[in-house]
This record gives sequence, structure tokens and C-alpha cells, in this order.
Amino acid sequence: MPIAQDSMEAIRAVTAPLESGPAPSPALIRAHGLSKTYATGSGQVPALAGIDFEIYDGEFVSVVGQSGCGKSTLLKLLAGLLPFTAGSVELNGKPLRGPTREAAVVFQSPVLLPWRTVLDNVMLPIEFRKLPKAMYRQSAVNLLAMVGLSEFAQRYPFELSGGMQQRVAIARALVQDPRLLLMDEPFGALDAMTRDQMNLELIRIWSHSRKTVIFITHSIAEAVFLSDRVIAMTPRPGTIADIITIELPRPRDLSVINTDRFGRYAARLRSLLDAGGGLL
Amino acid sequence: MPRGCARCSMPEEDCSDGGRSVGGAPLRHSGRERARHAAALSAIHHFTCDSPRAACGWWLATDVLGAPTYVLPRPQDVLRALLGGLSRPPWDKASYWYHAGITMWEAVLGFAIGSALGALLGLVLSHWPILGKSWYPYIVGFQSLPKVALAPLMVVWFGFGLEGKVFITAIITFFPVLVNMMAGYQAVEPERIELARSCNASELHLFTKIIIPSCLPFLFAGLGVASVLSILGAVVGEFVGASAGLGMLLMQFTQAMEIAQLFAVILLLAVIGFLMNHVVSLVERRYCFWAQRSNATART
Repeated sequence: MPIAQDSMEAIRAVTAPLESGPAPSPALIRAHGLSKTYATGSGQVPALAGIDFEIYDGEFVSVVGQSGCGKSTLLKLLAGLLPFTAGSVELNGKPLRGPTREAAVVFQSPVLLPWRTVLDNVMLPIEFRKLPKAMYRQSAVNLLAMVGLSEFAQRYPFELSGGMQQRVAIARALVQDPRLLLMDEPFGALDAMTRDQMNLELIRIWSHSRKTVIFITHSIAEAVFLSDRVIAMTPRPGTIADIITIELPRPRDLSVINTDRFGRYAARLRSLLDAGGGLL
Repeated sequence: MPRGCARCSMPEEDCSDGGRSVGGAPLRHSGRERARHAAALSAIHHFTCDSPRAACGWWLATDVLGAPTYVLPRPQDVLRALLGGLSRPPWDKASYWYHAGITMWEAVLGFAIGSALGALLGLVLSHWPILGKSWYPYIVGFQSLPKVALAPLMVVWFGFGLEGKVFITAIITFFPVLVNMMAGYQAVEPERIELARSCNASELHLFTKIIIPSCLPFLFAGLGVASVLSILGAVVGEFVGASAGLGMLLMQFTQAMEIAQLFAVILLLAVIGFLMNHVVSLVERRYCFWAQRSNATART
């Protein structure tokens, strides 16, 4: 079977550019006309309407918008956790049907299992996916080292602070070696200082692992600071207002926040979000 | 009310890191351990100081104020009865050990069967809501029935042997475990299930690695209640008809007006109930050690 699949991919790789137009692109994710409508007791509630974007391999893309603009819904669609109502998503050239190993999720809360040690929590996706544990144990240990928690491998989550717990969650997402990291306001519950630290940490981890990241946030500053591109969304139903390319030099540190260019990006995003109904 | 440490919900001075570390240093709970030991010591202290006082009051009421011994036997008589009953070898039919052993065996067996069925059915009914919806009314109906009322029927069905007592104990212990298990299932954080689904976890893994461990704190709450009720079940079962057991002894001593002996057996039953409950909490501490300490951080 793997041979057949590979050859199918090869065929698709050759034919895809012809089908989708003249511009061949190494897009890792391609969303086209993506829509989601929730059926509630009082009728149909559109959450997302006609979302189009392409995200390239190795990119860091943030999605900003007010609460209720459907950005979490978008992330769940991309994670395969929710079925979409219309449109299509391709991940790595294959249409997305349910959760895959190629996309790992970091949730808003760390969601660590309190009865497992930190290392066993990181190993959880390996157990769920029935991958050989012995093979991945070393990479779990390495990932814990990368997020700076080596000496906590045998501790329990309740012995860790909030920021440390979220770093464990990032290691857990990376252990299955996904192409794409989907992060749903992962630092939203942390205090401002820890949040800054975690953002720096995330940039470091990202530059280490070279994963593609889609980062949901409601903080404009966070989005500009972290991203290559920022998708600004307007609410009810969620649509893309614009996609801004952030051309701030990397590596970035916190001082970039005080530069004029950073301020201009932030102002541009704020006016985009404002146009969509006023920021709270 | 002292200001609490934000992480471990302890008074700040007791928590070794004083609630300071958020991003950096680890959170140790040695302060908490110390506080627990202090609490245990103070409980022992109260017990050793207060129980002689209570015994003195008891003795005053009987010997000095002259309460009739058929209402309140003298403490020394109760102690003599207790020692007399316990000093006989367990195979002697007059030994408390013999009867206590039978009652405990009935209670433990009924507890094991009742709580195992309760836990299992609790999972099944919550996981398949269609089953839950159709069965739950009957369960509620049966639960509102005072189970003790079934005890005479047990004699008809099972006679004077062990089975009837085990059956009634199983029925009594079944409900608290069932109800708690269902509450536990409802309380599983949806994010944990989403996490499993995002990793393509199988249904079996979802159960064994997420749902059942998440339910454990609730299950143990139910087991704690059931462990005490199990003695009640066994004793009531013996009341209505038995050839052995502490419940039967209670009936015999009442009819013979052996009130000191009666008190001795009641004391023994209290000790057994306490022990059953203590065993459950020891097991809980072993397998659910994370539940207490995680409360502060689980939902951040």
C-alpha cells in the first residue's frame, strides 16, 4: 500500500499545479471556500463563511480576531475535530478527513493528565497512535530537553507551574513529529510576563523544529511579534478581512515591539479588526 | 482566614514556595506534607485526650448518677464483655472474632459485587445515552425504594445463609457507586476527549487512558460511602434471619437483655465500619494521589 500511496502523491504533485492554475506552490495547507454552520435549537448559525488561504511549509501564521469570530472553529476544522459544512481543505496535498498525524493540536489549557508523569504525558500521542513506544521514548526525552524541562520528566503535572505545563503540552504535540502545529490561544491563561517568556520560547522552539505553525490569538501584539503572516478575521460569520505579511527581521526579541514598523503593523491590524464591528 | 497560595490552595506560610513561582522554579509540596502530618498528630492528640474524658463522663452517669444499667451499661462492664468476646479463639461460636469474620465477609463480598456492578453500569449508562435514557427511570425508581425493605424477602429467596446478606449488601452499595460513576463520566473535561480524538485514539484507549482514570476521584467518593453502607447491609441482612454474625448477636443480646454485650458489639461494628472506610481511603491515596493536589491547576 505505501508504494501505491506514494505514486498517487507523485501523480497529484505533478497534476495539481495544472488543475489549480498556473502558479505551482509548495502549500502545506490549502483551504478553499471553507465554511462552517452550526445547527442550534434556534436555527442555523454561520460560524465561518468562505475562508480561502494557503499556508506554506515552515511558515508561522497567526489568526487574530475578536472572541466569537470563529477562529477556534477554524482551528478545530483544520485539526479534523469538526466536520466543515462546505469548501475543501488539503493538508500536504491530501484532502483532510478527520484528525491526522501530520497536524498536532496545542489547546488553550495544557490538558495534561494529572495521573501521568510529565514524560508519560508527552508519550500519550504515541500510545494513542499505537506507534512503537521504545522508538519514540528518546525523542520525547529530547523534546523535554528542548522545552527546558529535562529534570521534570518524572514529576507530575501538579508540581509544575502554568507556563511549564504549557511547554509540556507543546512537547507532547511535537512528539509524533507532525508537519503542522495548531495552537489555540495556548498562552491565553498565562499572566503577561510569563506570556512574553513563552512567546520567546515558542519562537526558539519553532526555529529549532521548523514546523509550520498556525497560531490562534486575540492579541494583536502577540500575532505581529510571532508571525510571518497574520490572518485578520471579522466576526459573524467569520471571514478573512486581510492577510498581512509581517516583514520584521528574525531572530526577533522583545525590543522589536517598540519599533515603528511593529507599531504600524499593529495599527493596520487593529483598523482591520475595527472595521469588522469595533474592538472591545 | 490566612491568604492562600494560589497554586496549592494552602495557607501561604505553609506552602514552601509561597505561591511565588509561576514561570520558573518547581512547586514543591513538602509544606503540604508537613501540614498533613501536623493534622494527623493533632487528631491523635484530641483522641487520646478526649476519649478518657468521654469514658469518665460515661462512668459518672452510670456509677455515680446511677443510670440504670439496662439503659446505659457501665463502661467497665462493656469493656469486660468486649475483652471476653475477643479473648476466645475465632473457631469458638461464642467468640466475637467468629461473628465479626462472618459479617465482614458478607459485607466485603456484597461490597465487591455491588460496587463493581455499579461502576460498570454507571459507565455503560453514561457512555450510551440511549441506554441511559431508557434505563435511568427504573434505576431512579428502584433507588427511591428503601433497600432495607427487601431484607425479609432475602430470607424467603435465599434462606438463612450467606447469599441473602451478600445480595442485600450488593444492592445497597450499588447505588452510591453507580451515581458517582455517572457524575464522574459527566465531569470528564471535554478537552481531554478532544485531545484523544486529535490523536486518533481508539474507543478502548479513550476509555482506559482518559475516561476511567478521570472518573477515579468520583468512583472513590462512591466507594467510601458504599464501604460504610456495606456493614449496614450485612447487619440488616442478619437481623431478619441468620445463624451467625454480629447482627444476629445484636438480636440475641437484646432479647436476653445483655446490654453490656450489646454495647460491645455496637462498638465492634463501629470499628469495622471505620476500618472498611479506611482501607478504601488508603487505596484511594495510592491510586488517586493526584486528584487532591491537581485541583488547583487542573483547570487553568
